[in-house]
Amino acid sequence: MTIPTLLHSTAACFSELDARERARALLDAGSFRELLDPFQRVESPHLPPQGIVPQSDDGVVVARGLIDGQQAVVLSIEGNYQGGSIGEVNGAKIAGALELALRDARRGRIIRPVLVLDTGGIRLQEANLGILSISEMHAAIVELREFVPVVGIVAGRIGCFGGMGIAAGLCSVLIGSEIGRLGLNGPEVIEQEAGIAELDARDRARIWATIGCRRRYEQGDLDCLVADDAATIVRSVCETFAEKPGGARSRAVAERRRRIDEYSLPAAAGGPQ
Amino acid sequence: MSRGLRWHAALSATTDATAGSVRVADVDWSGERARIITVGPNRSARFPRARGGQVGIEEGWAIASEVRDAIEQDRHGTPRAIVPIVDAPGQAFGVHEEALALHLSLAAAADAYASARLAGHPVVALIVGKAISGAFLAHGLQAGALIALDDGAVEVHVMSQASVARVTRRSEEEVAALARVVPSTARDIHSFASLGAIDHLLAVDSADSPTARDVQTAKTCVIDAIRELRARPRGPRERLGSSEAQRTRALSLHVRKLLEEQWDAPA
Amino acid sequence: METLEFSCPAGARKPLQRVHVGVVASGNLEVLMEPAVGIVSQVVVRTSANGFGERWRAVIDRFFARHDVAVSVAINDFGATPPTVLLRLEQAIEEAFVIGRAPVCPPTLRP
Repeated sequence: MTIPTLLHSTAACFSELDARERARALLDAGSFRELLDPFQRVESPHLPPQGIVPQSDDGVVVARGLIDGQQAVVLSIEGNYQGGSIGEVNGAKIAGALELALRDARRGRIIRPVLVLDTGGIRLQEANLGILSISEMHAAIVELREFVPVVGIVAGRIGCFGGMGIAAGLCSVLIGSEIGRLGLNGPEVIEQEAGIAELDARDRARIWATIGCRRRYEQGDLDCLVADDAATIVRSVCETFAEKPGGARSRAVAERRRRIDEYSLPAAAGGPQ
Repeated sequence: MSRGLRWHAALSATTDATAGSVRVADVDWSGERARIITVGPNRSARFPRARGGQVGIEEGWAIASEVRDAIEQDRHGTPRAIVPIVDAPGQAFGVHEEALALHLSLAAAADAYASARLAGHPVVALIVGKAISGAFLAHGLQAGALIALDDGAVEVHVMSQASVARVTRRSEEEVAALARVVPSTARDIHSFASLGAIDHLLAVDSADSPTARDVQTAKTCVIDAIRELRARPRGPRERLGSSEAQRTRALSLHVRKLLEEQWDAPA
Repeated sequence: METLEFSCPAGARKPLQRVHVGVVASGNLEVLMEPAVGIVSQVVVRTSANGFGERWRAVIDRFFARHDVAVSVAINDFGATPPTVLLRLEQAIEEAFVIGRAPVCPPTLRP
């Protein structure tokens, strides 16, 4: 097992970096400063009683710093910890950071928000605490969007699903890589709830063809499709903030309804409800 | 007819002209105008996986459309209240739904409710049945106030118990037992209320088929909540201010306090 | 989940900084390493795999036999094998003593 000793490597595959390394890569060299870092041990108290070992940062890295010389905050979800799932503590880290960015934006101080979305959604072991924190994130994103683009990155192996898929849908700009997948229900959940005839979760080709970032880009559900490369993703983020994009896709109601009306369902589509 | 649609009909006291899964009724309660929105079963929904009252691909955008219409219509006047009635067995599970970006459809609904709230519309959700996962995030959780019926069939959760058991590799008994130790994983409305997110828990004669008295109880509570929100607008974040949340979500508050202290670099 | 504690007399070299490495992923672990307080080196392990106390002792003994250090270590483990544990400890110790290497977590003011 090779141990990457990079602190700021631009040759790395983004998907292979851990959450902290991704945050570090996204911020200008030397500007990375972590809040609620591992040594503060702000962990989930709900997991040990269930026999699950906590992670010292509860699976989310909050880092302040600069992006292209401007104040920024990166919220980077660790997909390798409990599938990047959102519970009370890591949910509060994300929602709370977005709320502070909003507070500052209202005072005329713009802090660029970037969400690294590598997550299956709500953490089942914390359930309703997770759903509440995600609803707070949604509220903050909708409001913060009025001041500064909220940028989401879907470029990890877990993908972006569940309540966080909804969060991605609320972002001003979404950047994705070929690795990434984006949707509401993940393939395993669909197979479980709707049956294997609906979707075989092992059919990787079909999955990427349906919900992969390339497909999302072709459909207009993703703004930038980039290679799985840290430098390229960082550049894409910088360009996003430089260009000040407008219009949230979650508001394009008429156009979307038309597209759905025109979608042809196979005649035999159906099954138990 | 689902419980949600029965409450919709009772509260709107009109024959609903709108067809489809998303029912909309505009009411005037002694000068307090409100748009009631409910998702219900629809046997002729084009997408089969949304025929049981789920929030599916069409429903999310339909909700967004109805809410945005209200925002647009009231742009120069008093913003009417918006009342989502929540009773949905969940989101639609299907490959066609995902292909059409179901996550975006639900985002559109959440966005619309949040935008309405920010534009001064009091958004008061009335939970009469199941409030589950993505469906609840899209239709209900962006409200400024949450009112729920005090009834055994009113549930808030993120996944069916059977599915949780499968995914976490436990038995259903173990999952149920865990709910007693970790209240946030319990499904009943009292456990959810203990997290401080429910403003009012309403005792009613019949949650399933509301009596005239039940309708009056609910209406009074909703109108009071509307008036309170007009005076003091609130959003999801303000739920943390409740006395229950101070206790059961203390860590959520603590994290925010630490973030604020560490937000700017020390001088 | 099990919590295990190990200690031994502190070695000669104290790290220049605190170091954090790893992720609590399946088959993996995170290590938080700090300079020892006092004259004892300590390792506290929280592990998802119960009943492997002796194996942990062997790995930790091997680590301190190799490195004459004064450290306080916290490990959150999700079923890593002993070679993986040693690898992470080695990674941590390497970073802990490098002069001029920016610490992963700069010392913050204690609340």
